[in-house]
Amino acid sequence: MKLEPLGDSAVVATLGEDTSPETLASVLRLADAVAAAGSPAITDLVPSFGTLTAFYDRPRVGENAAEAYAAVCRLLEACAGRGAVGPPRASRSVEVPVCYGGACGPDLEALSTLLGRTPAEVVGLHSSIEYLVHAVGFTPGFPYLGGLPEALRAPRRSTPRVQVPAGSVGIGGSQTGIYPVASPGGWHLIGRTPLRLFSPAGQPAALLRPGDRVWFTPMTQEQFESWR
Amino acid sequence: MEVKVLRAGQLTTVQDLGRRGHRGEGVASGGAMDPFSLRLANLLVGNAEHAPALEITLTAPELEFSEGAWVALCGARFSDLPGGKPAWVEPGQRLVLGKRLDGCRAYLAIAGGLDVEPVLGGRGTHLGAGFGGFAGRALREGDVLRAVKSEWLLTGHWSVDERMLPRYGREPVVRALSGAHALEFADALYTGSFRVSAQSDRMGLRLEGGVLERSTSRELLSSAVSPGTVQVPPDGRPIVLMADAQTLGGYPRVAHVASVDLPLLAQLAPGDSVRFARVTLAEAHALAHAQEHRFALLRQGLAAKILRA
Repeated sequence: MKLEPLGDSAVVATLGEDTSPETLASVLRLADAVAAAGSPAITDLVPSFGTLTAFYDRPRVGENAAEAYAAVCRLLEACAGRGAVGPPRASRSVEVPVCYGGACGPDLEALSTLLGRTPAEVVGLHSSIEYLVHAVGFTPGFPYLGGLPEALRAPRRSTPRVQVPAGSVGIGGSQTGIYPVASPGGWHLIGRTPLRLFSPAGQPAALLRPGDRVWFTPMTQEQFESWR
Repeated sequence: MEVKVLRAGQLTTVQDLGRRGHRGEGVASGGAMDPFSLRLANLLVGNAEHAPALEITLTAPELEFSEGAWVALCGARFSDLPGGKPAWVEPGQRLVLGKRLDGCRAYLAIAGGLDVEPVLGGRGTHLGAGFGGFAGRALREGDVLRAVKSEWLLTGHWSVDERMLPRYGREPVVRALSGAHALEFADALYTGSFRVSAQSDRMGLRLEGGVLERSTSRELLSSAVSPGTVQVPPDGRPIVLMADAQTLGGYPRVAHVASVDLPLLAQLAPGDSVRFARVTLAEAHALAHAQEHRFALLRQGLAAKILRA
């Protein structure tokens, strides 16, 4: 495990430089061990591809300013020792219904042409795989999903959209994801889910968390409308 | 007590000191871009330092108070309301701040504090996802804010010693720590002066006037970023991430601005400039410590001037 500072208020622990499920599992084991340690100095834990970033609160870490960083590193080292033998995070399987194409997925046709497939083939492929949530970020509740089939990989749109509607399901590079809140975005939009991926009043606020598995099931435009 | 918005200003939002514990869900800490000024404005009117107040951007709102209240303005300065000390607003009075003299963001604290509900542990406005603060958005003409009526009295003839404030300016030098990919860039960040672009906002300051050449085109996996992170997209123009920035980023990080200097960046308006100077982690922590010490002195000095009724 490599430890290095992220500015003056966080420490990045790097456990791997790949996007494998094994690396993700070790990141999440460390995250859970640090959370279980319950240190009041740690304010936020952000898992991502191969890294766990621990944000710390300076005044609480110790009177000696220079000690702050070292104290968090010691905590991470101790937790990595414990985490290696701890149980893996329980993974949930979440079904995400998606209305593909039409107004819900304005880029489905063009993307299919780009990939040399019919829209039905693209939908079939996209909804045949179980994806793994590697990280949640970018915007509140946005899941970075790994596992997109090679046949669906496509470069991002040359011009990002100024406004992507909430619930849109997109493909960008080797990733697929769901936009939880309306935001700008450069991915190809192939469908839209009526599920709410982020609600500030929710417990937790984000529907998905790293380690969860996601599978998409096609729904019709009528089903989409009546769900909402 | 009610505060009616007669004019909203360019971007006026309710902000506090931000959220904690939700970055892992993609929720930025948010809060005041210049936390020093928000804390000071609150202290000046007897509020808790983290109380929600108004963050005013470039142009001032016009507000009408239903009852008399003490207010304090810190950060950007305006012609018609002196900053750095409490001012009394009469019942029914229209509070007009006038023209902006310097700075980009002013903080208007109202004694007693604004009455807004906490969402995800913070009372600040998250503009991107539309929650928190007042209705999850910037103020508009006709909005009516509620404020808690204060019970204390202030004595008026004093103001904060300017030497206690961060060294605000239109061409500040901000101190920065090395980023994980610093070695992939030449020293251009520390030698040039950069101009703040008009595309800057609460998510980040986009800098112009210098291009940082990266010695590799290696793709990076996304990982956590924080306010102060200086990331360099493929066009070489650095972006300093600020309070509302995304929580994960995939661009190389050349540096991180020390927390203690984020208020200096928050006060830069489009067209202003900035230079960077290197500091170590230990120096950055010592600077933060020294600022907290100055704050403790201010808190002590002010305690004697605020009388609880």
